[in-house]
Amino acid sequence: MHTVISSPNKTVTIGCDQPFCIIGERINPTGRKKFQEQLRAGDLSSVEIDVHAQIAGGATMLDVNMGAPFVDEPQMLANAIKLIQSITDLPLCIDSSVFEALEAGLAAYEGKALINSVTAEDERMAMIFPLVKKYGGAIIALPNDEFEIPDAPERRLELVDHIVRTATDKYGIPIEDIVIDPLAMPIGADSTMVVRTLETIEMIRQKYGLNTTLGASNVSFGMPDRHTLNSVFIPMAMQSGLTSAIMDSRTGQIVTAVRAADLMKGNDEWGANWIAAHRAKIAQAS
Amino acid sequence: MTHEEILKSLYEEVMVGNGPAVLELTNQGLADGLGPEPILFEALIPSLEEVGARFERGDYFVPEMLIAGRAMSGALDILRPLLAETGVETVGTFLMGTVKGDVHDIGKNLVNIMLEGAGFHVIDLGVQVSPEKFVAAIEEYKPDIVGMSAFLTTTMPMFKVNIHNITKAGLREQVIVLVGGAPVTREYADACGADGYAADAATAVRLAKKLIAGRRALAKV
Repeated sequence: MHTVISSPNKTVTIGCDQPFCIIGERINPTGRKKFQEQLRAGDLSSVEIDVHAQIAGGATMLDVNMGAPFVDEPQMLANAIKLIQSITDLPLCIDSSVFEALEAGLAAYEGKALINSVTAEDERMAMIFPLVKKYGGAIIALPNDEFEIPDAPERRLELVDHIVRTATDKYGIPIEDIVIDPLAMPIGADSTMVVRTLETIEMIRQKYGLNTTLGASNVSFGMPDRHTLNSVFIPMAMQSGLTSAIMDSRTGQIVTAVRAADLMKGNDEWGANWIAAHRAKIAQAS
Repeated sequence: MTHEEILKSLYEEVMVGNGPAVLELTNQGLADGLGPEPILFEALIPSLEEVGARFERGDYFVPEMLIAGRAMSGALDILRPLLAETGVETVGTFLMGTVKGDVHDIGKNLVNIMLEGAGFHVIDLGVQVSPEKFVAAIEEYKPDIVGMSAFLTTTMPMFKVNIHNITKAGLREQVIVLVGGAPVTREYADACGADGYAADAATAVRLAKKLIAGRRALAKV
């Protein structure tokens, strides 16, 4: 199954026979006090720096989140999207938990965006699916509802089922435009959680063949040497069927691990991308 | 084992998160005539304090904090009723919960551990705590401090709703309200009417102690 995301001049296809889709996570003020202050003053200069750093690192798409206290999120998200689209052709993932911000972001965006996100809550789906339909994006959906983030993969699958049926039957959203986030939890909080996430990915692939994404950096929260953990986790998840991740695209170790896994999975014919990346690194060093 | 050896072993076993050993040593100490107070104040609290200090320095990591906290909790369950009988004054009672609409709990749990390590009696209401539940729990447990956690910009507004409900129930003067969570800032805490904000677990403990001391000093005047 292919999920196609686009900007006016570039198309990215997410799928299990495609190179892994690296969605840069950096354009997000959470936990960045200075960035938040700048946003409150309407200053988007940090965004420009982050865009360039993530592209240089190898991002194939960029996540944009402008959620911070005392920031007019809809306005700021629209402004940031316009700015980013003036700098790069990379398609964007519009990220907010605020409905009005998603709407403003989608109105400002040129192309077919990835929308982050909706949950299995009926109330949220009733708000967001019409938006997806109206602007024609693809939607990231999380298998949790107002009562729980289920631990058991089987229960997560039930929620995925509810999401898929609501989106396709009730709102006429094409099934390939649903991307499931199977929920990556920190391994440091519970050593069994990553295995359950991998099982969930596997089950989603087998049952629906849907594309999947997740916030990959979350897995290593609170642990030492996070880069190594992230660079092992993503290839493992790719083997289970993960086709994209919102992740740190500025860290060479992680991006390199992903591209190596692409090659091993047969998604980099004759190793052309791998060899080209090698040459680029040598050229940069000399 | 001498009493001193039991206390020393307790300190060491909490540090490595060995729950079964901590339970056994606690029971052994009590059976041996070691009171609940020395066990708590000379072994468990200093140990968890050291765990917290190491975490703050970056020498200890999240899993180590969690297992140490869990090891201490097991012993606290035994000691708490005994301590209540002796009438020892606790550092304070801290009521904690993640706000309605939010299911994130790792940060909250880390703060709980640090608070217990500092001698607070922590009552954790869990996640998705509604304003009504906060109010009912304040009436039931009469805490010194209410801590609210939110991880999302969309759930942070629940701080204000909760504080409004606490005020409406006539309980606002009785409790100190602290807020925290990844997207929360000091300015936001001020604007929603909280008494304080802390960016991390260690700061939360220092702030909680300071605010309680201030309030108790005021009460004595």
